[in-house]
Amino acid sequence: MTEVGLWGVPLGVLGGAIRVSTPFLFVSLGECITEKSGRINLGLEGILVMGAMTGYATSYLTGSPWLGVLAAGFVGMLMGLLHGLICNLPKVNDIAVGIGLMLFGTGLAFFLGKPYVQPKAPTLPSIPFGAMFDSPVVQSALQVNPLFLAGIALAFALGWAFKNTRWGLVVRMVGDSSDAARAMGYNVNVVRTLATAAGGFFSGVGGSFLSLYYPGSWSEGLSSGQGLMAVALVIFAKWNPVHCFYAALLFGGAGSLGPALQSVGVSSGYYLFNAAPYVLTLAIMIATCSPRRTLAGAPGELSIVK
Amino acid sequence: MATGTSDRLGAAFEAIAIPLGALAASMVLFGLFMAVLGHNPLEVYGLIWKGGFSSTFSWQNTLTRAAPLILTALCVALPAQAGLMIIGGEGALVVGGLAAAVIGHLIGGAPPMAVLIAMAVAGFFAGGAWIALAAALRQYRGVNETISSLLLTYIAIALFNHLVEGPLRDPASLNKPSTDNIGAVNMLGTIPGMDVHWGLVYGIVFCIAMYVLVRHTTWGFGLRIAGGNARAAKLAGLPVNRLVVTACFLGGAACGLAGMVEVAAVHGSANASLMAGYGYTGILVAFIARQNPIAIIPVAILLGGISASGGMLQRRLDLPDATVFVLQGLAFLMILASETLYGRRFTLAMRRVAPPQKAPA
Repeated sequence: MTEVGLWGVPLGVLGGAIRVSTPFLFVSLGECITEKSGRINLGLEGILVMGAMTGYATSYLTGSPWLGVLAAGFVGMLMGLLHGLICNLPKVNDIAVGIGLMLFGTGLAFFLGKPYVQPKAPTLPSIPFGAMFDSPVVQSALQVNPLFLAGIALAFALGWAFKNTRWGLVVRMVGDSSDAARAMGYNVNVVRTLATAAGGFFSGVGGSFLSLYYPGSWSEGLSSGQGLMAVALVIFAKWNPVHCFYAALLFGGAGSLGPALQSVGVSSGYYLFNAAPYVLTLAIMIATCSPRRTLAGAPGELSIVK
Repeated sequence: MATGTSDRLGAAFEAIAIPLGALAASMVLFGLFMAVLGHNPLEVYGLIWKGGFSSTFSWQNTLTRAAPLILTALCVALPAQAGLMIIGGEGALVVGGLAAAVIGHLIGGAPPMAVLIAMAVAGFFAGGAWIALAAALRQYRGVNETISSLLLTYIAIALFNHLVEGPLRDPASLNKPSTDNIGAVNMLGTIPGMDVHWGLVYGIVFCIAMYVLVRHTTWGFGLRIAGGNARAAKLAGLPVNRLVVTACFLGGAACGLAGMVEVAAVHGSANASLMAGYGYTGILVAFIARQNPIAIIPVAILLGGISASGGMLQRRLDLPDATVFVLQGLAFLMILASETLYGRRFTLAMRRVAPPQKAPA
């Protein structure tokens, strides 16, 4: 630690940004798909925790962490489907259902995950990009998980697909004007349900990253609002998947500020630094929101910006 | 056409029958879930009844848990009258509890009655300010209050941990960092004749006062107009922003008071036990009660009983402590899905009286 000295802080933040941002990235991309279709799913926090539990349990039972990632995505998809189907009923509020799903998902995950708190499951491998450097601090900062790279690819692919593919256009149309979509003969509820299920899949994958890579174990205090911050992050990124990636990096960096400072011996304000991502989210929302105009790029049917 | 009175009766019937039906349906689903896991659902129901409602002892346990739930549910129900969906009650509870504990210790030598009043005032204003902040951000900056109130909860918990494990820590609290104790003489006593603390009375009085305020005063009338249609309320000259922020302040104050009660009646100081999830269960209570301050009281007692039975389920059936969360989560989703049923009775009656006319194209 002494050889890098205070450089440990920016290095720690960089490494942390890469590590901590991955769940943000997946959840925000999932939420981006859902919100583009005109619905908001606040239950992603519950899906994230369920995904973390499912991924860890599957990895422990089968010995394959990648199977765990897949199972987590599948469970997330089912929960997204549940949200979508309940919201299809007339007069049901999507924000309230999200809150319900958040409580249900975390409760179910704690219930089913009780036996997996103790055992050690195989975790995901990482790619050592820092191998050419001598310093162990640099090496550990540049340990990159394949899921992070997959997330970047997904962000750019989604950004391209929203602009250039037929289904991208359909999702955007349903989100901007359900009347227009109906006139074109599309079933608005079906598109939104599928978009919510897809969002659930990616959130589940994001959850499995928490339990299978970093921090890399399953416990009840594993997620502390990442799923919810991702919702705010999508607003900040103005519903653009590529911007979601940059925003996730920023949030990851803020989240790793506390541990990075602690590693160089600054430990007095540990809890306060841990609150940095929440303060950052709130500050960003205050800066970007306005009571007088709707946000540029916001899907027209979204209840949260109306 | 149905007359006004029978309409109102029908609406009241709906408001009671639909939530009860949704609760019954979620009990059935929970029973199926238990059966799949190899437990006898009837035994589980029996234990919930036994742990929550069968004896004087279980009733005392239930009512002790219901007291904070009544107050935290108000933190959802009052903003809901103004059209806001606040879910950050846990943060207001934590802030209120901390403020109460600090004041209680600072003036611990004063007469116990004065100490308790000062603690209640501190909790009231600290919790109120916390939620009023989320409301002000929504009214003046357009920040979504659901997300900001939950973010504020995480910030409140971080501040709480920082202060309780740092500057405000009682050096004598070794295993469990706590603030200085408020002293045994200053503790909130029990209601005569039962082993339940006065917090229950605080909650019930608060609920009744809020019911009267919202339903039977001009202020409450203005608030409900602002919640129903902010633009119309502004055109009518109502101070919409002030009404909304005040309603949220009162909701947060109820949560802060819940924190004060937990400190003054149960823990004696502010520590991590304060974060028992009452703020989150309060959301469920408010939704089952359909945001009606009076209905909150029986619903909070029902959910207090369910959570009181958690210990018994754990001991007798070796179920995890999260079992009651699963039941609560199921109940929440069923209650929300049941929203779709309201007004169906009315349209059916309409159809029976007059044949449906062709909808205008």
